[in-house]
Amino acid sequence: MPAIHSETRFDWSQPVKTGLLGGVAALLLSLIGVIEASHARPVISGIISLGQALLLIVFVLTCVAAIRRAGYARQETSSRGRLLLCGGVAGLMVSVALAALVLIGNVVNLRAVFIKASPELYHLLTLGLDTGGVLALLMSGFLLGIVVGATYLLPARLRRAIAMALGAIPLLAVLYGAFFPGRRFTLPGALALFVVLSAGSYWGGDIRSLVKQRVASLPPAGQRVYKIALWALVALLVLLLPTTGSYPSQMLDLVGLYILMGLGLNIVVGFAGLLDLGYVAFFAIGAYTQAVLTSPEIRWLGEVRLTFWEALPFSVLMATLAGVILGIPVLRMRGDYLAIVTLGFGEIIRIVALSDWLKPYIGGSNGITRIPKPVIGGWELATPGRLYYLIIAGCLLAAVIAARLKHSRLGRAWMAIREDEDVAQAMGIDLVRTKLLAFATGAAFSGLSGAIFAAMITSIYPHSFHLLVSINTLGLIIVGGMGSIPGVILGSLALVGLPEILREFSEYRLLIYGVALVYMMLVRPEGLLPEARRKLELHEAEAAE
Amino acid sequence: MLQRLRRQIPGTVVIMWCIGIAILGIVFWGTVATLRSGKYASAQWVDLFVYGIAQGGIYALIALGYTMVYGVLRMINFAHSEVFMSGPYIGYYVALALDQAGLLNRYPVLGLGIVILVAMTVSTTIAVLLERIAYRPLRRAPRLVPLITAIGASYFLSYAFLGLFGSDLKGYPEIQALKGTWNILGVEVLRPQIVVIVAALVMLAGLYLFVRHTKTGKAMQAVAEDKDCAALMGINVDRIIVITFAIGGALAGAAGVFYALLFKQVKFNMGFFPGIKAFTSAVLGGIGNVTGAMVGGMFLGIAESLFPNLVLDGLGIPAPYQLKDALAFTLLVLVLIFRPTGILGERLAAKKA
Amino acid sequence: MNKKSLVLVSMVLLITLLAAACKPKAKFECTDPKGCVDIAPGEPVRIGYMFVISGSDAPLGNDTKYGLEIAVDDKKEILGHPIEVVGEDCMCSAEGGQTASTKLAADPKLVAVVGTNCSSAARAAIPVMCGAGISMISPSNTAPDLTAEDRPAEYWCYLRTAHNDKVQGAAMAEFAWQKGFRKAATIHDGSLYADKLQQVFAEKFKELGGTITAQEAVGPEDTDMKPVLTRIAATQPDFIYYPIFIAAGAQITKQAREVPGLENVQLAGADGVFSPDFLEGAGDAVLGFYWSSPDFTAFGAGYKEFLQKYETKYGVKVLAPFHAHSYDAAMMIFAAIEKVAVKDPDGTLHIGRKALSDALFATKDFKGLTGNLTCSPTGDCADPKIAVYQCMNADPATWNPGADPDSNPKKVWP
Repeated sequence: MPAIHSETRFDWSQPVKTGLLGGVAALLLSLIGVIEASHARPVISGIISLGQALLLIVFVLTCVAAIRRAGYARQETSSRGRLLLCGGVAGLMVSVALAALVLIGNVVNLRAVFIKASPELYHLLTLGLDTGGVLALLMSGFLLGIVVGATYLLPARLRRAIAMALGAIPLLAVLYGAFFPGRRFTLPGALALFVVLSAGSYWGGDIRSLVKQRVASLPPAGQRVYKIALWALVALLVLLLPTTGSYPSQMLDLVGLYILMGLGLNIVVGFAGLLDLGYVAFFAIGAYTQAVLTSPEIRWLGEVRLTFWEALPFSVLMATLAGVILGIPVLRMRGDYLAIVTLGFGEIIRIVALSDWLKPYIGGSNGITRIPKPVIGGWELATPGRLYYLIIAGCLLAAVIAARLKHSRLGRAWMAIREDEDVAQAMGIDLVRTKLLAFATGAAFSGLSGAIFAAMITSIYPHSFHLLVSINTLGLIIVGGMGSIPGVILGSLALVGLPEILREFSEYRLLIYGVALVYMMLVRPEGLLPEARRKLELHEAEAAE
Repeated sequence: MLQRLRRQIPGTVVIMWCIGIAILGIVFWGTVATLRSGKYASAQWVDLFVYGIAQGGIYALIALGYTMVYGVLRMINFAHSEVFMSGPYIGYYVALALDQAGLLNRYPVLGLGIVILVAMTVSTTIAVLLERIAYRPLRRAPRLVPLITAIGASYFLSYAFLGLFGSDLKGYPEIQALKGTWNILGVEVLRPQIVVIVAALVMLAGLYLFVRHTKTGKAMQAVAEDKDCAALMGINVDRIIVITFAIGGALAGAAGVFYALLFKQVKFNMGFFPGIKAFTSAVLGGIGNVTGAMVGGMFLGIAESLFPNLVLDGLGIPAPYQLKDALAFTLLVLVLIFRPTGILGERLAAKKA
Repeated sequence: MNKKSLVLVSMVLLITLLAAACKPKAKFECTDPKGCVDIAPGEPVRIGYMFVISGSDAPLGNDTKYGLEIAVDDKKEILGHPIEVVGEDCMCSAEGGQTASTKLAADPKLVAVVGTNCSSAARAAIPVMCGAGISMISPSNTAPDLTAEDRPAEYWCYLRTAHNDKVQGAAMAEFAWQKGFRKAATIHDGSLYADKLQQVFAEKFKELGGTITAQEAVGPEDTDMKPVLTRIAATQPDFIYYPIFIAAGAQITKQAREVPGLENVQLAGADGVFSPDFLEGAGDAVLGFYWSSPDFTAFGAGYKEFLQKYETKYGVKVLAPFHAHSYDAAMMIFAAIEKVAVKDPDGTLHIGRKALSDALFATKDFKGLTGNLTCSPTGDCADPKIAVYQCMNADPATWNPGADPDSNPKKVWP
């Protein structure tokens, strides 16, 4: 709430409180080891490391939060001094928390409990000056806060542009380093990038609206051509992606398999509202069916040796069948009962696959190896780049089916069940048939994904079908936007692709994943690309409050 | 339309009953086969039973946290397993310090009391913070939203502990007074198991009395029944919800220390499996129901300990304890087929779940 | 529009020019069937690793990573070129192995790879690495099939310095038999490693004339082992062998003493639990426990010095038993590079991929930390000296295997 501060005295409590919260965040980051681990990775070669950049970001965000909360963000010129002081105090508080860590750490051996409280960390925090650097740390925190405060004296648009560019540079640096191993930004390069980015975000809005205007002023036929051209461009880009190399293709293959699963789970959870936490079971069944039918290792089936394509329908069929079999006993369960039973089903499949009991048939802990890759007319899809097209085709097929189903009579029945089962039944919807169809369709997509997975990895183990896969899939459709098909694609890219790029931070991958899920749900519960109807519902709820 | 419905629903019910009866038949067959083989002495069956009760007591204590939160908020607090982990984890450092000071072995009751108190405080704090930061802003959101937040919070907590304290295994110091066995009704029972079983029973009884007979407990029941109505009756709903989380957290913290007494090790991911099992127990017993959590927990504990040997051995399945989790979940499905609302079925389930 | 195309054209020109400038002068003709790596003067020789760096198996991966890094520190440079290490976390899964290897194989300057830790990751990674012609040596894969006589032809680039499960499992069986144990039970945890080891143990033990009373299994995250131990107790073994990992292994060790009928049974495990963490998790019950593990007393002269470097550099005692195998793998690669690299007068190195692999397979009597390594035609390079150790003190602080003959745990066989 922006208060008028011209008469009142400077309110110390707000920036101190916010600053200390920021300090706790900085402490947590340091003690968890994120700062030190990412210190090894430069943002700009020789100038600033990712660890330092992360600390800076904490400082800046804390100061911004303090200024906003205290209501200085929208102030006019009258309280410049207070604005700067507010930023400075918040920055100082973050420094105080870190300084306290360094001072305590120099007296007591914190490492006995917090294993990451190493001398290297203190060295980093005190700007390389060790104990004397505590003062430097405090000073720089304060000054940084004042600088952040000073940016509020700039025009808002310019400030936003600068902030965007500064925030984007570490991200781009990490992506650059991930895709081109061994390469990094240099200072001139980063400066140029900064100028380009800030200019882009400064004028970006103008350009976008200009384009929109132009397009809108075109005749309808022209607009259609424009749209088709745009889609053709996207399609071309998607088809050309594997040319970037085998590693990006491998990554995209994994993303694609998750898209396939996500599309299936989206039908079960997003359309029909049946919370399924054991979705990995169908993925596993698809993969195992594929493996058993094609691998030369499996002898108990006699001399049956199918090719990928011959086995594929069986894999999908088996998964679908499993979907129906799971569906029948859980028909009468709702909500959380369903969640725990499906979760249990997923675990049962994994444990049974691992057991010594079925070892003679499906390999147990030894897994099944030597699964052949798909062959099309003598052309083996051996590389990730070639498999990519198979996966894209699968995704396309699934997306079309899902989109057609969504607007069909069945799709509307699913949505009716999602909203209210009793009313839906009263309206004459056949609950049994509708629910079983949802489970079966979802399972079929997952089985397809599993079958391709088996052929791609060429060896499968029960450990690959962990509960985490189910949770990841659920997470990606929720982050993308429940019930929305483009959302699934974006969600997979964000939750499967990004962590893959950030492999070197794998120790903190799930930590970041957790924070991202919580943050997402608090700030944008409808997802990144929400389904129109759902968005409406959520906003309706907000409006009602 | 209606006719078709009538024709079909009995069909699926019949199928379900057939599946259920088939599974029961297999269970019966396996049991008889095992018992007739006479491979195991009766003392061994008694031992297995006691192990199951001790394990079940811990499941029950954790399950209470799930079931109470579910009762008032209708949400699965997936992060409860991390609440369970955090208490004994911090308690480990306290126990280590006490052990080095010699206190833990000289005054075991006092020492253990301090450790439990610390663990309960830590778990309670984390549970309350979770509610404040992650769940309260979402109270009116669709059901799936807080569930996902809970999953996220669960990841965050366990991996934050991993980052802070490292991945190496931490073993609770051994208390000499708790080594060996006590003789209960002619059966030699391990001392930590007796401590765990007694403590679990005491805490459950205390909680039962609290919910039934105190003002706060009654307010809790009112909030569970209808939040809006409770608010109209002058109950501070936010406060009651915080208290619910706090009690659930405290019980989980205590359960964590008992767990550490039995199994010695604490690890960042130690909460995951007990958490899932405890939730299964809560559902088995009838979620939202305090007594149900206890019954479910005990049932699951005993089933895990006894059934692989009793049922699967007779069926000729090798290494049956590898399948004990699968068995636990099969049991859950079986119970829910015959009683879709759990053993002590909750009457709200059909309407609100 | 005009401006844009101008910029584009000039960029393209610039890149072509740069590319042309960078092209090496055609002095060296690469005749290697799998291609060559060319390393310009001053450019580092790039070695990759694929280890499990995250999750619960991270100690194993870090241990091997440290071994590799110390090898690089010791070697400093190859033929005047510095050494650079690039690595990927391959986790302990097939998909992790495939992704990590795909990423590493995409680097055309990568000479060789040390990895993986888990055999499941290896099975997915080997075809990718061999497809790219990059030699791969694992310091800790122990599954027999990886270097079996009938291994697939696409495994041609793969070697290992770790001992084959066949050796370790059989060693423990022999030891148990010699000690007079006649009835043994085994437990595995569903991992490839434990399952194979207990199979080998059971076969060898039966071959020697013993009886296997039970072959049970548990989950790696299980905690309550008393039921399964009660089941084993009913078969009355005098020896229980569970070559699993630390968490579950410590639980079995602790709880076996609490189960009626098993108070005096002899417990034994393998190198998966050869760690002070295991003592911490099991407590006093670990006294008298037997481990099979590489024989550190038979290790080369440099081993003590190596341990010192390890402790000073990383501030910890050794985390797992495979650091020396990793060190040896790296040293083998360095030696092979020195053997096959062709050096231009200007300092450019050319390394033929097939030639490098051939040189590695031809390794004979290589003096490593783990012994004298000689590679078999299928890539088994280990000089497997397996010893059995016994726990003499349950305090993890006393953990110091191989420092002197009486240090804890004590070597008792051979």
